[in-house]
Amino acid sequence: MVALTINGEAHQVGAEPDTPLLYVLRDDLKMNGAKYGCGLGQCGACTVMVDGEAVFSCVTPVLLLEGREITTVEGLGTVEKPGPMQQAFIEEQAAQCGYCIAGMMMRAQSLLQKNPNASDAEIRAHMEPNLCRCGTHMRIMRAIHRAAELMRSGAGTGAARVTGERGS
Amino acid sequence: MKLARVVAIVVVIVLIGLGGFVAFAWRSEIAAIDPPQPQSFDAALVQKGATLAALGNCNSCHSAPAGKSFAGGLALPTPFGTIYSTNITPDPDTGIGRWSEAAFIRAMREGVDREGNHLYPAFPYDHFTKVTDDDDKALYAYLMTRTPVRAEAPANDLPFPLNVRLVLAGWKALFFESGPYVIDRAHDPQWNRGAYLVQGLGHCGSCHTPRNALGAEERGQEFAGGEAEGWTAYALDASSPAPVPWDADALKAYLASGWHAHHGVARGPMAEVTANLGTVPDEDVQAIATYVASVMGPPSDAAKARGDKLLQQPGVHQPGTDAQTAGTQTIPVKADGQDQGALIYAGACSSCHDAGRPLPYGGIKLNLSTAVNGPDPSNPINVILYGLPAAEGQKSPVMPGFQGVLNDGQMAALLTYMRMTFSDKPAWNDLEDKVADIRKGDREMTVHAADGTSSAPANPTRQNTSW
Repeated sequence: MVALTINGEAHQVGAEPDTPLLYVLRDDLKMNGAKYGCGLGQCGACTVMVDGEAVFSCVTPVLLLEGREITTVEGLGTVEKPGPMQQAFIEEQAAQCGYCIAGMMMRAQSLLQKNPNASDAEIRAHMEPNLCRCGTHMRIMRAIHRAAELMRSGAGTGAARVTGERGS
Repeated sequence: MKLARVVAIVVVIVLIGLGGFVAFAWRSEIAAIDPPQPQSFDAALVQKGATLAALGNCNSCHSAPAGKSFAGGLALPTPFGTIYSTNITPDPDTGIGRWSEAAFIRAMREGVDREGNHLYPAFPYDHFTKVTDDDDKALYAYLMTRTPVRAEAPANDLPFPLNVRLVLAGWKALFFESGPYVIDRAHDPQWNRGAYLVQGLGHCGSCHTPRNALGAEERGQEFAGGEAEGWTAYALDASSPAPVPWDADALKAYLASGWHAHHGVARGPMAEVTANLGTVPDEDVQAIATYVASVMGPPSDAAKARGDKLLQQPGVHQPGTDAQTAGTQTIPVKADGQDQGALIYAGACSSCHDAGRPLPYGGIKLNLSTAVNGPDPSNPINVILYGLPAAEGQKSPVMPGFQGVLNDGQMAALLTYMRMTFSDKPAWNDLEDKVADIRKGDREMTVHAADGTSSAPANPTRQNTSW
């Protein structure tokens, strides 16, 4: 049994200590936000935060995580109340196929949480490990800048605006 | 009366001594020139200079992150303080635009700038002194035809008296021997070409030879292994810690392409060297490899047998099972115990290092790794904490860094397990403290290549691999 704290909630998981966190999230806890891309820590689709740092959950054995604060994309907000990062990605329509986006948001979140005034160059350098095969990088960059604006202005979730704009 | 006379005599002697030292240390200024027109240089000479600049790895120190190539400003941490590399573009005010060819050759040969100031040996003139006038002229032609960049290097941060450049004359008197490379008739031209490049422009000993307390390379210990920018530069002599002994062919392949299947990939400062060597003619890399292999000497029968055995072994861990058809994805092996290091290895390292994917994109089997078998754990600590960053704009080996998730104790457990499992060398000591030191940044360490260099072979023709 391994005790994990994910998005503020305590979980007891019956996993071997060397099991990568990604498998526990997806298979045991049915939290499918983090994606399996390469399994080698080279693409970033599985990125989550541990104590505020972006880490590749596919190469992070759970024995390293007891007593540490894990945040997944599910912890950033909900469909009804998206967090500023999610809100920004929706507003900028930054996803094409969407497979990399949960990881992109988590890596961006780890930077902006520490430094909401990050420069374009700092964002580019920080996002380097995460890959997008659709080529949506320009929108992702715009979304991260927008998320930074939302975080700086403390503009809640903006959920109502989204429904309004979509007009559906 | 008598005392006053003694004092006077002592003062006179000291003054004569000081005056003598100043006279000895003094170098005259070489007159400034108007920057020469780029068209005034022969194109073939410029081309030759480009190759030589790559062999000398000039851009590696003379470019700062996010700065322009050759515009200087890179901070070079030394045990004595921080020295900043200078601008060697032909900018007339902040670069070497007003340097004549004679001034450039004097800097290379004697470590003195155009104005007559002694240069710090962070600029490796102890090696560059061996470069021929012809090669210096080609380098000059190449540098003077680069785009001038206006960039003032920050002032050096050195304590008194090291900030007085005249003092360097004393250092030179003790440790510096000027003069060109002398051909060794006992060896063939290829060996001599290699020795000329390695001892001279290539300045391999700057990192791979240990230094004494005053920062000079230890005589008689050439290539016995040194340190550079927080990385261990492994011994290139008979004490090389490579589990599979190097030979000239392996050295040539490694130097030209930045990796070798039996040795792994170049990283840290060496990645910049191999990126540059990827652009130079084969003959030069062959010559360097020939000379270095001769410095190492042929491996003992025991070392060779051990290397052959390692290559035949399937690996300490069997490759994981393929999880997906692409063959890149494997289910990690299960740890064979409850040792924390073994468990971390199984969950974090095994999916690449035991997957059996070929280098340079697959991870090396760690029983072939010089880093795991070396005398000092700095390199594996650097690589595990910070990974191998991707080269910009080209394919390259990549490894994720684990600084966000592994704490110092877990790092120590993992390194202890790796050392015990993949090496027959004695355990490393004080691992937890060493990890903490590196993480705190007490020892400066270069992870990303400077702009104008890359951590992958720069020559795209060398990247056509079969996988």
